[in-house]
Amino acid sequence: MTHHRKLDRRQFFTSAAAVGGGLTLGWQIPGGAIPGLAQTVVAREVGIWVVIHPDDVTTVRIARSEMGQGTLTGLAQLVAEELECDWSKVRAEYVAPEVNHANKRAWGDMSTGGSRGIRTSVDYVRKGGAAARMMLTEAAARQWGVPVGECAAANSVVTHRPSGRTLRYGHLAEAAAKLEVPKEVPLKDPKDWKIIGQGLKRIDTAERLDGSLTFAIDVKLPGMLNASIAQSPVFGGKLQSWDAAKALAMKGVRHVVKLDDQTIAVVADGWWQANQALKAMPIVWDEGAHAKADSAQIAAFVKTGLDAAEAGVSQKKGDVAAAFAGAAKKIEAVYGSQFLNHATMEPMNCTARYDADGKLEIWVPTQNGEAAHAAAAQAAGLSLDKVKVNKLHLGGGFGRRGQSDYVRQSVQIAMQIPGRPIKLIWSREEDMQHGFYRPITQCKLTGALDAQGNVTGLHMRIAGQSILAHLFPSRLTNGIDTLQFQGVNAEEFGYAGIPNLLVDHAMRNTHVPVGFWRGVNHNQNAVYMECFIDELALAAGKDPLEFRRGLLTQRPKHLAVLNVAAEKAGWGKPLPAGVHRGICQNYGFGSYCAAVAEVSVSAQGKLKIHRIVCAVDPGHAVNPDQIAAQTEGSFVYGLSALLISENTVKNGRIAEGNFDSYEVMRLEGMPKVETHVVPSGGFWGGIGEPTIAVAAPAVLNAIFAATGKRIRTLPLKHHDLRRA
Amino acid sequence: MIKLSVNGKTHQVDVDPETPLLWVIREQIGLTGTKYGCGVAACGSCTVHVDGVAQRSCSIPVGSVGQAKITTIEGLSRDASHPVQKAWLAHQVPQCGYCQSGQIMAAAALLKEKPKPTDADIDAAMTNICRCGTYQRVRAAIHTAAGNKA
Repeated sequence: MTHHRKLDRRQFFTSAAAVGGGLTLGWQIPGGAIPGLAQTVVAREVGIWVVIHPDDVTTVRIARSEMGQGTLTGLAQLVAEELECDWSKVRAEYVAPEVNHANKRAWGDMSTGGSRGIRTSVDYVRKGGAAARMMLTEAAARQWGVPVGECAAANSVVTHRPSGRTLRYGHLAEAAAKLEVPKEVPLKDPKDWKIIGQGLKRIDTAERLDGSLTFAIDVKLPGMLNASIAQSPVFGGKLQSWDAAKALAMKGVRHVVKLDDQTIAVVADGWWQANQALKAMPIVWDEGAHAKADSAQIAAFVKTGLDAAEAGVSQKKGDVAAAFAGAAKKIEAVYGSQFLNHATMEPMNCTARYDADGKLEIWVPTQNGEAAHAAAAQAAGLSLDKVKVNKLHLGGGFGRRGQSDYVRQSVQIAMQIPGRPIKLIWSREEDMQHGFYRPITQCKLTGALDAQGNVTGLHMRIAGQSILAHLFPSRLTNGIDTLQFQGVNAEEFGYAGIPNLLVDHAMRNTHVPVGFWRGVNHNQNAVYMECFIDELALAAGKDPLEFRRGLLTQRPKHLAVLNVAAEKAGWGKPLPAGVHRGICQNYGFGSYCAAVAEVSVSAQGKLKIHRIVCAVDPGHAVNPDQIAAQTEGSFVYGLSALLISENTVKNGRIAEGNFDSYEVMRLEGMPKVETHVVPSGGFWGGIGEPTIAVAAPAVLNAIFAATGKRIRTLPLKHHDLRRA
Repeated sequence: MIKLSVNGKTHQVDVDPETPLLWVIREQIGLTGTKYGCGVAACGSCTVHVDGVAQRSCSIPVGSVGQAKITTIEGLSRDASHPVQKAWLAHQVPQCGYCQSGQIMAAAALLKEKPKPTDADIDAAMTNICRCGTYQRVRAAIHTAAGNKA
């Protein structure tokens, strides 16, 4: 913590005024500095995480991105717990990526994905709060001339216990800010927590109720122009020719800009004008090698992986071949799932202004401030210190905004129109057809049962596309994408009681770009494994809950959440006529989850999901109400994928263009979701993603109970659920 | 020049009459609480009130609005005191918040038409997309705003 004194404050407060100041004081126009704030703030910065104002208002700095998951509030709770401040006076502000860079990443990792926002920063943000509390307490002790040990802090007040004298944090902040940041910073015992573990209301809800929150798409800057973009409809295709004159003749159109071989944009006064002109402009594409690719071909290609000799191994235990040879019953099933766009409600967008003096500023909704910073600098050919990044809250992320393609593009346009802020907004169709899709996979599962119905062997062969191969090939391990095994690798897999086990993956990469989609490969793997476990239970003649319990004996935490979900849902107890249950469990992103779904299927085959009961053990639960909100929301996202959402490939391109063809769950379809947060303590699990994995398999298993139909390919809308 | 009444104020805007009302509200009038989500009236992020009725402003040419009174999220109340906004806060409905202007405007219009909506009424009226999946809380908050028992 000693490097804190070396921070480049001047640079920080340029940003704090523009971004953080805006967050703290109510959004100003981003980029519009607030005169005078910098000085005030510098003097009251107690350590690097906390700024305390004269009225005790406490600004907590946040390095991660808020996209609806409540991380701003959760991280502030962690800091406030140790700071012993008045929670009602806590505000938050973003740390600017260039400031983090200039200060040797003093605020740590800014990437907000993998449900890591809280769990990987718990120690240093809590220490930041604790250090500030120690400095404030020390400042009070010095003012009174008493030993610091006689002073205690609570609720933004330091009390001298023997005399009962008090001093407010707002009064102490300037003196505290001048003290050395302590090196030894002990943290509170969890049993003493007052703010962590409370289902507190989010600190950033009010601005989401009256239209006042400025998303990046809402940024207004003097002289700003708007851009609409077209990328090669076929992935890998190239621009061949276009008729710029046609677009330029239209009202409000200022520029037609080629970005690179695959991308062209129309820039106009208004965005609708830009988009209309883009649509009217004749563009000829060289569609390249994949112009004829379609979903059927891709499915056939992926299928070749199911029996391929070559596969990367995740788990290998005992001898599955021998187990199958000696089995009383051998069960085999093939599953599959589709490509899926993230479809954040706020389409991809970024605003950039390049000034002729060689400076660049961007306004961006990003899950990774540092990646956006680097992408902008690279696109401009500038060093990082010449690029200023204004992070704005995201209108949804779900993994999509960890990529910086739209950042690069906005800079590519702005570089060609110096001095003018350029707001690039992707149309919904562009967003739908140029995503980083949830990868397509198939899975063959083979299981062996002995005469007593015990599982003696299991082979899970996954075939399909690798995210790492597409995005980060350097992170492959001996050619293996270890992420492909999420939930079914040795660390996460629950069914450790199976004596002979093989889990492997045959990579089958297509020309469709893939990426991290909320829950990532847990989504597909949990469907495959948890439905197949039900298939094995059926073959063994056992109850799905009892069958799982028998396989989870070595995994007490997996078992515990399963039992909570079963108990809360009343597993085994009578249900209304026609209603049936399904159960499943999954461990991922550091948290244990289980769910029980209750469904009915009408004579006409119409599915109704009545209720899903979910149990989640994230170790420590920072904010149980936000955990419930994330569980509810993740189920809507996961059930959309199960039921109706699908991206298909025709003539090399994504066939769906908008929400009229890419269906997603609406209010009517959402079941009642009941969340039971059961933190067992001792670890910090993620929350944004883990629960999503248990929604779909619980429903599929319930559908089987209701209809006797085992649905193995998604989405469900292609299946007839009428009883055979 | 097109004359437009938004949140009780009259605006003169110099735009192509075919321009969707959404973009006029956002770019000419400068009220950005109304959002672009799809441009084809499929998602509801752009929902505003046109003479008190919830409409998707992305698919209304501004030239067709005429004398109609437009209300956007910014004009729903002066201080977020509309019963729907208060219920939204109490139930902690928003996650990312992007669709919530549209959700709130749709809910407010529903309650105006049906002060005591049933679940079926809510199902039918609330067709706006929320990718964060806040629907359970949207439903609960509408019941609260209506004074319905939970």
